[in-house]
Amino acid sequence: MSRQPSFAISTFAAATLALAVSGGHALAQKKYDTGATDTEIKIGNIVPYSGPASAYGVVGKAMGAVFQRVNDAGGINGRKINFISYDDAYSPPKAVEQVRKLVESDEVLLTFGVLGTPSNSAIQKYLNAKKVPQLFLATGATKWNDPKHFPWTMGWLPSYQAEGNIYAKYLLKDHAGKKIAILYQNDDFGKDYLKGIKDGLGDKASNIVIEESYELSEPTIDTHIVKMKAKNPDVMVYFTTPKFGAQALKKVGELAWKPVQIIANVSASTATVMKPAGFENAQGVISAAYAKDASDPQWKDDAGMKDFDSLLAKYLPDTNRVDSSAMTGYNMALTMVALLKNCGDDLTRANIMKQAANLKDLEIYGLLPGIKINTSPTDFAPISQLQTMRFDNGRWQLFGDVISGDADR
Amino acid sequence: MELFINQVLAGIATGAIYACMALAIVMIFQAIDHLNFAQGEMAMFATFIAWQLMQWGVPYWWAFLLTLIISFAGGVIIERVLFKPLAKAPVLTNVAGFIALFAIINSVAGLIWDFTIKQFPTPFGSSPFLGSQLISTHQAGMIGVTLALLIALFMFFRFTRIGLAMRAAAAMPESARLVGINTGWMVALGWGMASAIGAIAGILIAPVVFLEPNMMGGVLIYGFAAAVLGGLTSPLGSVLGGFLVGIFENLVGTYVPGVGNELKLPIALALIVIVLVVKPTGLMGHTVVKRV
Repeated sequence: MSRQPSFAISTFAAATLALAVSGGHALAQKKYDTGATDTEIKIGNIVPYSGPASAYGVVGKAMGAVFQRVNDAGGINGRKINFISYDDAYSPPKAVEQVRKLVESDEVLLTFGVLGTPSNSAIQKYLNAKKVPQLFLATGATKWNDPKHFPWTMGWLPSYQAEGNIYAKYLLKDHAGKKIAILYQNDDFGKDYLKGIKDGLGDKASNIVIEESYELSEPTIDTHIVKMKAKNPDVMVYFTTPKFGAQALKKVGELAWKPVQIIANVSASTATVMKPAGFENAQGVISAAYAKDASDPQWKDDAGMKDFDSLLAKYLPDTNRVDSSAMTGYNMALTMVALLKNCGDDLTRANIMKQAANLKDLEIYGLLPGIKINTSPTDFAPISQLQTMRFDNGRWQLFGDVISGDADR
Repeated sequence: MELFINQVLAGIATGAIYACMALAIVMIFQAIDHLNFAQGEMAMFATFIAWQLMQWGVPYWWAFLLTLIISFAGGVIIERVLFKPLAKAPVLTNVAGFIALFAIINSVAGLIWDFTIKQFPTPFGSSPFLGSQLISTHQAGMIGVTLALLIALFMFFRFTRIGLAMRAAAAMPESARLVGINTGWMVALGWGMASAIGAIAGILIAPVVFLEPNMMGGVLIYGFAAAVLGGLTSPLGSVLGGFLVGIFENLVGTYVPGVGNELKLPIALALIVIVLVVKPTGLMGHTVVKRV
């Protein structure tokens, strides 16, 4: 048995040599795994098109539109993308069922853009065992960046920890020495954020006067706000889901109290959080962003925004362009297209992961200027930069530099 | 001490939410002797109707009135179509019916109005009430409406023919029928009123918790706790129970070490169990004697 590998290696070496001699990329051997052929690349996807999180269905639709446009323009290196997108209604057991169907029956090359932390957690082990790439997940959990244990899984969104870290950097710079109160949801989502900001504050974490958690099942969070106010903080930080974010902003507004307020990007939507909370209550609130906001007039003449709008006009005329989910799906699909181009004719699953871990300063149309996608074999977090923004007169205004949320940089 | 007073005030404000819901629960319990698990969802749906009417340009109070009428009719229709045929079925069948109704209403609301939160207006404004930093004018208005509703219900059951007939139909159906009361329609009327009270609760709650299909999930459990604590047969008790649960929850969450926030919801559930074991009639309920 010991001879076989060396034989394989020498063959490979010879082949490489031959290639080097002939010097032509065109002569490169075409290599395929299941799901890729000369004419087609099969991509599997799972998004909640029904159920409580069905609003995120737009993510899948926007991805489909990008791939459709690529196909209409001739595909990637002559191959059409066959984008198979299923519904899991945001239910992990259903996601497992659908991913098995994708891998075993549809025989996709890879899965891409599966949405939600619970669903991705449910299918992660299966995909890693099968060695099928689980690429660019629509979730901000920090755990997707774990190439050592899950070499076939790679996230996409900036992680909640990175974002928490960025707020720490902002506070250290602009509000040093102020007393900080943090409200967070008592689950992985809230705790990721909490860890990020505490790591970022370092020894200044002692400025945190209260860390208050709430449960998703609570009807209102008034009691927590009261408890936090009793500590007289100068800064209120909300690591909450949209409903509770809006409640917190409104309650603090009603108390006629004006602390510095920071709200997680998840709850920073103008239409679904700031407006319900009341623009007068949201005035001056700080958050961070990585993508362009379609409702922001400053991108009116931006090439990326024009491309986004022309895509929606042609392929998704019914979609609300200011729905940030459309922008997310658009950006993710563009990242996937760039990756597949990088893979060339070697469409093996191993090469796809290798190329995915080798993205350098990739700029995507819908990302904020200066935010670049970077990965390496030890860094499976494609986006880790954000820019701070302030809510002013009914819309978000970016300010400051693009900040990296990596703890080590 | 300041924190204590503040938490009590915040508890009263939150308690008003539970009290509103508890009233609707007591109403349906009076009429059918069961708890309706779909009560919260019916209230949520009614609130969406009010919201939709306002989106179409109907002024607040007209939308309010129209919603009450629609909810009342909706409650009666649900009873006639779904639960009248189940009247003689075992309790479990009814419970299954309630849960099915819960899921259906929730999903339909999501389908029509989607799951993003919506702002709901309040006629009372939301500035601080009488200089108090903790109770807003809306919450004060809500407490006022709850108390007014309570008095109206009391008068209705005490002094009107139809109210007396409803009580008779629930307490002694046999005798009630003998004196010419149409007990079947009294049950339907109970459903209609419970549904309308639920609509008022929803409309009052929505400005605080924001309107979305899942807004009543937690509220209903606390409403149950309030109703059980106060006594499922007593409107006054249920309102009192609502305020007590609100205050109790805040104080325990703030002062009992180790309980913290993780156990806030279990506290409401523990309260239900303890009351049912120690004093099944609740604080103000009366014992229902049934002849076997």
